[in-house]
Amino acid sequence: MSRTPLDTVEHAAATPDVELPWAELGLKKDEYERVVEILGRRPTGAELAMYSVMWSEHCSYKSSKVHLRQFGEKAPESDAMLVGIGENAGVVDVGQGYAVTFKVESHNHPSYVEPYQGAATGVGGIVRDIIAMGARPVAVVDPLRFGAADHPDTKRVLPGVVAGIGGYGNCLGLPNIGGEVVFDACYQGNPLVNAGAIGVMRHEDIHLAKASGAGNKVILYGARTGGDGIGGASILASETFDDAKPSKRPAVQVGDPFQEKLLIECTLEAFQEKLVVGIQDLGAAGLSCATSELASNGSGGMRVTLDDVPLRDSTLSPEEILMSESQERMCAVVEPEKVDRFLEICEKWDVIATVIGEVTDGDRLEIYWHGGKIVDVDPRTVAHEGPVYERPYARPSWQDTLQADDANKLPRPVTSEELKDQVLKLVGSPNQASKSWITSQYDHFVQGNTVLAQPEDSGMIRIDEESGLGVAIATDGNGRYAKLDPYHGAQLALAEAYRNVATTGAKPLAVSDCLNFGSPEDPAVMWQFAEAVRGLADACQQLGTPVTGGNVSLYNQTGEAAIHPTPVVAVLGVIDDVARRTPVAFQEEGQLLYLLGDTREEFGGSAWSQVVHDHLGGLPPQVDLERERLLAEILISASRDGMIDSAHDLSDGGLIQAVVESALLGGKGARLIVPDGLDAFTFLFSESAGRAVVAVPRSEEVRFNDMCGARGLPATRIGVVDGDAVDVQGEFALSLAELRETHEATIPALLA
Amino acid sequence: MTARIGVVTFPGSLDDRDTQRAIRVAGAEPVALWHKDKDLKQVDAVVLCGGFSYGDYLRAGAIARFSPVMEPLLEQAKAGLPVLGICNGFQILTEAHLLPGTMLRNDHLHFICRDQKLRVENAETSWTTDYAAGQEISIPLKNNDGQYVADAYTLDKLEAEGRVAFRYLVHGEAADGYGNPNGSQRDIAGVSNEAGNVVGLMPHPEHAVEPLIGTGRTDGLPFFTSILKKLVNA
Repeated sequence: MSRTPLDTVEHAAATPDVELPWAELGLKKDEYERVVEILGRRPTGAELAMYSVMWSEHCSYKSSKVHLRQFGEKAPESDAMLVGIGENAGVVDVGQGYAVTFKVESHNHPSYVEPYQGAATGVGGIVRDIIAMGARPVAVVDPLRFGAADHPDTKRVLPGVVAGIGGYGNCLGLPNIGGEVVFDACYQGNPLVNAGAIGVMRHEDIHLAKASGAGNKVILYGARTGGDGIGGASILASETFDDAKPSKRPAVQVGDPFQEKLLIECTLEAFQEKLVVGIQDLGAAGLSCATSELASNGSGGMRVTLDDVPLRDSTLSPEEILMSESQERMCAVVEPEKVDRFLEICEKWDVIATVIGEVTDGDRLEIYWHGGKIVDVDPRTVAHEGPVYERPYARPSWQDTLQADDANKLPRPVTSEELKDQVLKLVGSPNQASKSWITSQYDHFVQGNTVLAQPEDSGMIRIDEESGLGVAIATDGNGRYAKLDPYHGAQLALAEAYRNVATTGAKPLAVSDCLNFGSPEDPAVMWQFAEAVRGLADACQQLGTPVTGGNVSLYNQTGEAAIHPTPVVAVLGVIDDVARRTPVAFQEEGQLLYLLGDTREEFGGSAWSQVVHDHLGGLPPQVDLERERLLAEILISASRDGMIDSAHDLSDGGLIQAVVESALLGGKGARLIVPDGLDAFTFLFSESAGRAVVAVPRSEEVRFNDMCGARGLPATRIGVVDGDAVDVQGEFALSLAELRETHEATIPALLA
Repeated sequence: MTARIGVVTFPGSLDDRDTQRAIRVAGAEPVALWHKDKDLKQVDAVVLCGGFSYGDYLRAGAIARFSPVMEPLLEQAKAGLPVLGICNGFQILTEAHLLPGTMLRNDHLHFICRDQKLRVENAETSWTTDYAAGQEISIPLKNNDGQYVADAYTLDKLEAEGRVAFRYLVHGEAADGYGNPNGSQRDIAGVSNEAGNVVGLMPHPEHAVEPLIGTGRTDGLPFFTSILKKLVNA
């Protein structure tokens, strides 16, 4: 009986002509040839497995890297930045010795294939990134995009995604404080499930993903390794969907939030006792990623015995073990004399922990299996020196036609009756309707520090009980704007998130982004991507908010149809005392409503053009970042000095949407007067950027006006908080009861 | 001297730190208890907090009920030690048969998180004396398995003995927190044992003890001040 010999390094060198399945693993011919060139021989099966996953689009950013460099090159000076791009997540100084880490990531492809597990493991992955920095996770946010609200498949995908996020996040004890839910037919075959998380630590507790110190032990801890998620990064997340190919369901990982909760507590306890030299979570590309990144970021090499990896399935091959994306696993580098204590803590939390290798004083990553050496590589070539593509890009020929199809020329409501009907249609449309059916499936109270949660403009968490120091986070993105103009669309996403943070009274500090686009192999998509990155980098520079990290999700495309370019931007802010926060809800009758900023006739990409005319064309609203900065400063000062009691940013749906939301949340109506120089329609529906509505107590009116006047911010008195209707004087009045019914019935009727 | 109130952490407990904070806010001293502890560190009362102990695997509370700490807890609770079970803690208390009935999955099959209106039916238990009987309060509710069920005999007995401690308020707008949120029989939100020292409920009083945080209301604080007064005056 003969056995297939183990494909060791030695064997590979002796059998140069053996054909390996590089194409099936997602590598291109020239990429495979590059691997052979690096190694000076053909790779072993295990080496091929590692290179194929680590050089996938998802892990290597090979199509996006040349553009993403701008985030570093154009990074504004910022005292707040402690750890920048390249680590598991960026870290920002928020004062009083605290540091905050945050990041947004995508789990788009798996969530379409298997909504519950795809979304659940998306939460799990981002939370492990946060723990890996040394922080205790304190909140999550979920920006979501689905196909048309009334499409039958949305009813399959959305409830599964929401249940998955809730099922996993609730079980971890992390309050879900923000995010978005957007419907658009362009996401029908490619829903976007982005997940963000925030963690808090003291400055001295920051940990990095690196293995240094020869002789230090490499400990794998958490769940056993199984056959799930093999090819998740290389096959699933790095290709377009195509009906002809077999189901990719087995490539989706399966999550166990209970295991992750134990992992969080056990890791934090190990940090507290200063037992950890370096740490990395196992996400995409599993052990391949963790070992090669830890080794290449450290000072030495690493030797790993794969036989010691605890398995869920004893029949797994070494290639499968290296590629498995089984969830809830982490890898720590620990000094030999601290290993016992580390293992003790793991045992306390019933977490399996195994020493699988050690740091060496060489510069190679060597992996052994059954006594044979099956991997011998320079870890940098796996983790950091993957292919880099200068993909061709070209402004699509249809862009001019699209921009020429001016939304400002669409028929507008003529009578007051028409205006009123369109207001009702807007506030009851799926994108503008209340999302409480969704958000009530998430725990937003746990940990007892939630100051604001959705539907507020930004989520806010108290991080110090004594001083009241807090952080705020908002995520925004508007694919419709970005489709019309990717450069300005990306800037508008940043502007909105920045504004949302300031509206609650927090000072915007830093940015994380999740860039969701179609196939990079399409020059039109690549142009959208290049423009969006350029726009975002320019705007971050101007607003002084550096990008600390993020994620790129490409191939969000079914056949020829790509999604709208959808850069989702998260802005993190800080507030010295959460007692000064400003909520969206109207607080007291009699307070005066002021509209801050300039209102122009801007309807391109607007909610109105979508809801009333099913139209997308023209140009998105103008971007004025200096105005955004001024508006933010005014909002923050007004919050701090008690000049405003409620505030709401104006974005999709315009002023009327904002006023209706503030009224319904506060249970108090408003009387509005159309200001001079504006027609009622533009006043209510325009989506001009750089605006907010605030409620000013009468006693503060003079002081507030003086401040706006002195700083040069247009502030127009537009009405008063009053009654139980939204009454646009001279036009129409809608009772809060009718508005509530319209606003709240839509989503349950479609999805419950 | 103030009262020492223990909070047990099981693997998967989530609200342990919040509960400790609530105890502190009320003026008592929280004492962390670990599920493998074989004694209760001489605490004066114990709270079993919310979460997903053991991932809710098998059945919510079914595994935690066998943790070592439950042995002394059972013994002392029967002898009068005040015990409060919140959400998963309530589920553990029913699994341990310190309280009657059990919890099924919410009738609408979704996790639900909201500010919930309740009526305090019994203001004489160890944990409710700072409320007035019939007082209406609003505190957060968040659960997947909160549907309280028991056989008719048990329910009648609970009603007759005044052991329905809290009931969901059902007449009002859902948006304002009214309604039975999970299909619980007779709108029962919480019950007590015969002696009134053991109380369990699904909503979370520990999330309603500070203005600004959560719902911004402090309707849950009297749970912790009630027990503190009882213990200090004892």
